[in-house]
Amino acid sequence: MKPEDRVEGRHPMEEFLRMDRMPHIWCSGCGIGIVVTSFIEALQKSGLDPNKVCVCSGIGCTGRVAGYVKLDSFHTTHGRPVPFATGLKLANPELKVVVFSGDGDIVGIGGNHFIHAARRNMDIVVICVNNFNYAMTGGQVAATTPIGANLSTAPYGNFEYPFNLPYLAEACGATYVARWTCLHIRRVTKSIQEALQKRGFSFIEVITPCVTLYARRNRLGDGLNLLRYYYENSEIRHGADTRTLDIGYQGKIIVGKFVDIEKPTFLDCMNNHLRKVLGDKYQPWGVKS
Amino acid sequence: MNVRKKSADPKGVLTGVHYLDGDYAIAEGALAAGCRFFAGYPITPSTETAERFAERIPMVGGVFIQMEDEIASVAALIGASWAGLKAMTVTSGPGFSLMMENIGLACMMEVPIVIADVQRGGPSTGLPTLTGQGDMQQVKWGSHGDYEIIALSPDSPQECFDLTIKAFNLSEMFRVPVFIMTDECVGHMHEKVVIPPAEEIEIVERKWYEGPKDKYLPYKPDVDLVPFMVKAGDGYRFHTTGLTHDERGYPVINAECQDWCVRHLCDKIRLNADKIIEYKEDETDNAEIVVVSYGITSRVAWKAIQDARKAGIKVGSLRLITIWPFPDKRIEELAGKIKAFVVPEINLGQIKREVERAAKGKVPVYPVSHCGGWVHNPDNILKVIKEAAK
Amino acid sequence: MIYFGELKEKKGIVNIIKDRCKGCSFCVEYCPRDVLEMSEEFNVKGYHPPRVINPDNCCYCQLCEAICPEFAIFVTLREEEEREREKEISRP
Repeated sequence: MKPEDRVEGRHPMEEFLRMDRMPHIWCSGCGIGIVVTSFIEALQKSGLDPNKVCVCSGIGCTGRVAGYVKLDSFHTTHGRPVPFATGLKLANPELKVVVFSGDGDIVGIGGNHFIHAARRNMDIVVICVNNFNYAMTGGQVAATTPIGANLSTAPYGNFEYPFNLPYLAEACGATYVARWTCLHIRRVTKSIQEALQKRGFSFIEVITPCVTLYARRNRLGDGLNLLRYYYENSEIRHGADTRTLDIGYQGKIIVGKFVDIEKPTFLDCMNNHLRKVLGDKYQPWGVKS
Repeated sequence: MNVRKKSADPKGVLTGVHYLDGDYAIAEGALAAGCRFFAGYPITPSTETAERFAERIPMVGGVFIQMEDEIASVAALIGASWAGLKAMTVTSGPGFSLMMENIGLACMMEVPIVIADVQRGGPSTGLPTLTGQGDMQQVKWGSHGDYEIIALSPDSPQECFDLTIKAFNLSEMFRVPVFIMTDECVGHMHEKVVIPPAEEIEIVERKWYEGPKDKYLPYKPDVDLVPFMVKAGDGYRFHTTGLTHDERGYPVINAECQDWCVRHLCDKIRLNADKIIEYKEDETDNAEIVVVSYGITSRVAWKAIQDARKAGIKVGSLRLITIWPFPDKRIEELAGKIKAFVVPEINLGQIKREVERAAKGKVPVYPVSHCGGWVHNPDNILKVIKEAAK
Repeated sequence: MIYFGELKEKKGIVNIIKDRCKGCSFCVEYCPRDVLEMSEEFNVKGYHPPRVINPDNCCYCQLCEAICPEFAIFVTLREEEEREREKEISRP
């Protein structure tokens, strides 16, 4: 938004938010709101027509994002926003489809959908807000919980190996992979903007504090304490080998943009291949003539 | 009713006389009805529909995608339907169980989609290559909570074609998932299928909203109780959710809104049931016994009915084409005039329960059950008809 | 002294929508110019919203706006003339 368009008393993002639903449900000190702010900022900067941008969310704290952004927004079932977005994108290739959901949703219950959408290079943006636990249900252990963290279903500490999400995304074929913490506001914004302007499967992991559950159970303090932890322990290493990005309990967090490559998308491949094989008989899909 | 009717898009209609199996006929019916999106996962005995669609759609213009599982398939259908396309998938028992989660979402979001279930013997992996009719209650109750769907049951490849078109029309008309409950026998049976010219096929389009953009309410019921729909990307910036919601589509978590929301989902179908229900009757006027059957079993029962008539028993036939909503009224009317119902089906009495319920104890209902694997021997049905006529 | 050419330092006005605030204090902590502090007053939700203590320090960086998870704070650009006028007023 241009500086002269800003007016007192009206937040510059209200145009993109469902103000009739505010305040949102996220706790004081939660970082999801920061990521939404970054997303809206990125959307404004990207120059995309907001009428052609859809947001799909699953279930969980981050799953509520779809309910707060004033775009065509879909609050779907647990773990299924990625296939939902696949259907939306394929049925109308003009749309820019963004999946905005949590770690439990995207790589826990929805892991299979995630890896297949990445494999197909489906042209969608996946923003995964990672707070290391299932927060909506009261702080249970997740596929991303660092070893040693204490959660309600890991009352003696977690002993399972967690996912390294950028490595998973890259291995499955994502064309854009970045990880930030929600303290890296400007960089999250830039990454989301790049992803919105890119064609192909883009994945952005944003680590955010869960104050009420993860931090409280592990006596890590409030939101500010966690932001300080991010400040002190995150290290920007663009292009780092994604195999080295594991996160230990209160350990170092390597952030940055790790992958940014060009590759034909699912629809490119479908159209190119079928046109080659079928010739003029083929009716191209989603190609402007 | 405020619906828009038009003739079919000739691009998808393979006009002519064909020799097709039921699965292929479903794919042709879908293309004729204007379906341009198919997301599916292979499962015997339904795979042929996906194969046929994948082969045909590149020349018609649309998308076929083989998803990672049946859960994803239905999620993709709902997405595609919101983007404005007619969308379908096919499956069989095990896949049908996986679909239940998002079938609930489709009901809650009021999205038109079509799902064909080519039934096989169950439970679990059961009889992958052999027939069954064991999903008849699952289709109605499989997802959690109260909701209503529409289910149709074809008995031949020709009906597979016709009822697939009807399924799309009903789903567009009522913004509801519609099911084609066929079975392995019909799915793999090759018969003559006549595909009429495109202009003779009547197609119903969903009601598109055309008012001011900021006034659109995705769940405000129209006079026929069905809300208007818009496409994603048209600038309405609407929200839709699987949570209990109000007219705006916003989640409202309390008992009053739950009551409004769920009653609306059910009333939309229950109060319009007369417009949906279809059945075929034969000699029910003077009948003493009425055989209630559907799908492949109705063809087997037909032999038993004729044998019984030869033996002097007054037997009528009520063949259900719409299974859900169930034709309660007709069953109750018949119950007042006849001696007994006989319900043959390839399960242990799923629709027999419904007949019993609708007959309200006025007459006995005799099941002719079969666990699946093959169709009934008509003699077994005849035996029960004779017993019922005593 | 570093020469910045025609570039002038921007000045901003911090707008706080008090009743939206949930008192996380991210804006106070991360304001690079210490414009804000947490106040003692309560908003409708019972949280302590921030208040502006050093308005002239605001350099329109909008970091408070970006870090606020509640859409409760934003910055508008302080117009040049307004600043000039303020200077005149403040002149003894």
